[in-house]
Amino acid sequence: MVPKLFQSSRFKAFKKSETSELQKGLVSQYAYERIDAVKRTIAAMTVGKDVSSLFPDVLKNLATRDITLKKLVYLYLINYAKTHPDLCILAVNTFVKDSEEYNPTLRALAIRTMGCIRVNKIIGYLADPLRKALKDEHPYVRKAAAVCVVKMYDLDREYCASNGFIEQLQALVSDPNPVVVANAVRSLAEIHDQDPEKGYFNVVYTMTDRLMVALSECNEWGRITILNSLARFRTSDIKEAEYVCERVVPQFQHANSGVVLSAVKVIMVHIPLFSSDFTDFLYKKMAPPLLTLLSTDSEIQYVALRNINLILQKRPSIFDVKTRVFFCKYNDPLYIKMEKLKIITMLACDENINETISELRAYVSEVELEFVKQTIKCLGDVALKVPSVINDCISIFLEIYELNISYMVQEVTVVMETVLRKYPQKIDLLLPYLSRVIEELGDPRARSSMAWILGEFSHVIPTSSKLLSEMISTMADEDLQIQLALLTAVVKLSLMNGKGNDEELVQKVLNYAINQSSNQDLRDRAFAYQRLLTPENVRKAQKIVCCEKPSVSYNNNLPEALLDALLCEITTLASVYHKLPESFIGQGKFGADAIQRRAVEELNIEEANVHEAIEKGANVENLLDLDFTDPGATSASDSPITSAQPQSGSNSAMDLFMAFEAPSTNNAEPVKARSATDDLLGL
Amino acid sequence: MASAIFVLNLKGKVIISRDYRADIPMSVVEKFLPLKSEVEEEQGFSTPCLTHEGINYIYIHHNDVYLLALSKMNSDAMEMLVFLRKMADVFIDYFKELQEESIRDNFVLVYELLDEIMDFGFPQTTETKILQEYITQTSNTVKKHAPPPIAMTNAISWRSEGIHYRKNEVFLDVIESVNLIAAADGTVIQSEILGKVRLKCYLSGMPELRLGLNDKVLFEAAGRTIKGNTVEMEDVKFHQCVRLARFENDRTISFIPPDGEFDLMSYRMSSNVRPLIWVECESIVHSGSRIEFMVKAKAQFKKRCIANNVQIIIPVPEDADSPRFQTSNGHVQYAPEQAAMVWNIKKFAGGKEFFMRAEMGLPSVKNEDIQVQKKRPVQLKFAIPYFTTSGIQVRYLKITEPKLNYHAMPWVRYVTQNGTEYSIRQ
Repeated sequence: MVPKLFQSSRFKAFKKSETSELQKGLVSQYAYERIDAVKRTIAAMTVGKDVSSLFPDVLKNLATRDITLKKLVYLYLINYAKTHPDLCILAVNTFVKDSEEYNPTLRALAIRTMGCIRVNKIIGYLADPLRKALKDEHPYVRKAAAVCVVKMYDLDREYCASNGFIEQLQALVSDPNPVVVANAVRSLAEIHDQDPEKGYFNVVYTMTDRLMVALSECNEWGRITILNSLARFRTSDIKEAEYVCERVVPQFQHANSGVVLSAVKVIMVHIPLFSSDFTDFLYKKMAPPLLTLLSTDSEIQYVALRNINLILQKRPSIFDVKTRVFFCKYNDPLYIKMEKLKIITMLACDENINETISELRAYVSEVELEFVKQTIKCLGDVALKVPSVINDCISIFLEIYELNISYMVQEVTVVMETVLRKYPQKIDLLLPYLSRVIEELGDPRARSSMAWILGEFSHVIPTSSKLLSEMISTMADEDLQIQLALLTAVVKLSLMNGKGNDEELVQKVLNYAINQSSNQDLRDRAFAYQRLLTPENVRKAQKIVCCEKPSVSYNNNLPEALLDALLCEITTLASVYHKLPESFIGQGKFGADAIQRRAVEELNIEEANVHEAIEKGANVENLLDLDFTDPGATSASDSPITSAQPQSGSNSAMDLFMAFEAPSTNNAEPVKARSATDDLLGL
Repeated sequence: MASAIFVLNLKGKVIISRDYRADIPMSVVEKFLPLKSEVEEEQGFSTPCLTHEGINYIYIHHNDVYLLALSKMNSDAMEMLVFLRKMADVFIDYFKELQEESIRDNFVLVYELLDEIMDFGFPQTTETKILQEYITQTSNTVKKHAPPPIAMTNAISWRSEGIHYRKNEVFLDVIESVNLIAAADGTVIQSEILGKVRLKCYLSGMPELRLGLNDKVLFEAAGRTIKGNTVEMEDVKFHQCVRLARFENDRTISFIPPDGEFDLMSYRMSSNVRPLIWVECESIVHSGSRIEFMVKAKAQFKKRCIANNVQIIIPVPEDADSPRFQTSNGHVQYAPEQAAMVWNIKKFAGGKEFFMRAEMGLPSVKNEDIQVQKKRPVQLKFAIPYFTTSGIQVRYLKITEPKLNYHAMPWVRYVTQNGTEYSIRQ
């Protein structure tokens, strides 16, 4: 809903004196005065003043032969077309007349603007001029008409489909003019997607020839459009696919990053078909242009990096072992640095590990907190991925422990948990630091990691029971995550060291968990342990609790099926979010409908306000003075066509929609990839 | 594709907007800034594409405005972001500067442009020169019949017919920007050359141009050798006027140029570049109360070349004060707002070495972890005319205009400058 405040400022009453001054200008006998007045009206409209009472006066200027003035009035109309379309119907005769003009600019302008008036009634007036415009001799008009068809389709599918407009649009795909072709395929693609079963736009091989010609003649935006249509082309014939890809390759050299990435998309869609030779050739062609995208504006770089991430998962060897190009620049925005770190991790391998590690070491002393944290995580991942580098990583971690800056120490502790799972023998190196580190840990993640380390290695850490008892002393105030970790840790402690030295500690924790804690998970787990720890079960308990852990390995890749789906979505938002479109564009039709409803509702409210303003205004009688032949069109108080949904209904619809928030499709972190029993007991 | 385009100021207030599709409530724009800061809070940074309740926010930031596109579909993110950048360029071409004020001063023109560059959320054209032919600022000149420029829909969408110059000339600038990150010990961690060939075309009619470079791939393919070096470009990008298929076939760069100034091509080489200007910086803290810097700068390029307007930006502790500088050349300024000193040298000849000494006071209350001082790199700015790092050369620029048959002169200049990142880590 529009907040009160916003509404009131938007519909601020326009000062009387100003209005009358503008009014005078609008009906002046001099063209330049009228132009000036319309301009000032538009300016007033933009800063949120309500100038709808001037509507009839502005409209009087529409019949002019002066193209500058006409354009201005159209601009005014477009802005009000949204809020009160029925007023715009008043102008419809002029539109129809303009669409017959000698000057192509005017014809195109009329068709374009008419399409912007979102009211069903317009369709009747639009049909004939649009039909003519689709066959207009001037490409500028045809290009506007091609888009107008999808505008009409949006208003009334039935009408548009049953009156031959779609067929006419389909015919434009073989128009001699490349820009017209581009707009036609774009409109068709959209119409097709709204109702895929009708099959309005199936790209077939015979069509690709025409598209290829247009591709090499089109402006940059047309090229993107045509490349996207080529990405819709599906074939099982390798020859056909090869032909398409070969002819798309030159587009890698285009200066527009959008063209380059769209060309990549066409290739990626078809690449599973090809022999390894041709695949190699294509990837080799693709790599340098992808890297060049990294020297563009940051936002564009960001989209490129997200897409490179996907392609790299499919084809890890695409850039050989070139990590350097992905090294972070000091002036890179944070969101770029984070993406680059991910890619550096993905590329890490024995060949480039030395430069990778020394680069990551340099990042640790950078300024931005989030970046440093991510770097530390990245170092841990690299250590999992490339075993030969574990000692270097540990020594960097120990350096950080030396420095003793708390947020870094905490992050290292979290990462250490994972690293130690894979390389348990490295615990020895850590021993001297533990008691000091423990004081720096505030973050729950870090504290529970520390608890895990103390429990798991209680037999090697001489001070483990002392340190754990310190942590337990504040157990009641800790997060659940830490409490669970502590519980498991003391059980491990007692089972590993045997002898019952730590019996007291275990009892204390169990006692707290069973009798004092109100959390079910904690209590249930405590009960389970309690039963395990009875003397007759101790051996079994040892077997279960101190068992061999499944090993962890680095794998941050998306699931195969998701990856393949996303590779067909390159350049789109889906490829940026790494989520399927269904998960963020609202649950199918339902979400989209709810949004649409809200849009309509908002319009209606605005409209109601404006109607009120007009009715109050002194100009109402002027409306009747206008010389319009269509009597039905003159009633200014026509009820809006699209009726408002009851407010409560729509709200609940929105709520429901929100409940459908996209489920995260991100892969589980490596740490969490433990076996089920492991999870159950929080080992 | 976009449902609506907004220009917002930094406070999130809408300056101007255009609703192209009427399929989303325009009020969702109020969510933009809160959403952005929420994301920032959550993960420490924001990204150029955000999604919330089925609405996608795609935006760029320029001076004191955001350009924002909204969409409820799975739009082409790359296309939208490039489009927003190009839209900013169009505004800059029209108003010289894109900022809140220039938008406010030109509402009408902005509406007119928004109407022309996009239709129903589909980008149409962003070629300023063509737009300027029929969307003009001189609002009072009333043109009775202004047909749309043929170029709008033509295969040659960047040049109009009937251009005439008394003197036909082409100016060609080869500009190389060097990005370099080096470690303090002199090893180059990352380096790349981003080259650009910029043309200023003052040619009549529809001239046909062909550009010849000392391109290694071209000469190897032709099996020829030429005097001097050839260069190997890792990747090349062309202005849309260049025939890409022809380049793919035989590496010929042929085109009909737009009128006036434009970037014909850009290229990238990630070959190892030796630092052109090297800076060594040593600092000593004396008894905790003052810090002393000894800086040496060395020009490592050809002796007969001269670097102009060299700027060496050296980070200093944030709490330092009362600076004193001594230098053999140029002058030094203290820039407390970036916690750095800036050493300016007007002319820096190849092979020369300059020195600078600086001393600054440190506050008596000492920062506990001085060794934890976050390290910032030394950054450099410079321009070296008549010099390219890559050794690229323009061998010829052939100009033919089949109808007018005039003789035109090409002029070529070269310059090497710093890229967005030229830094030496400390």
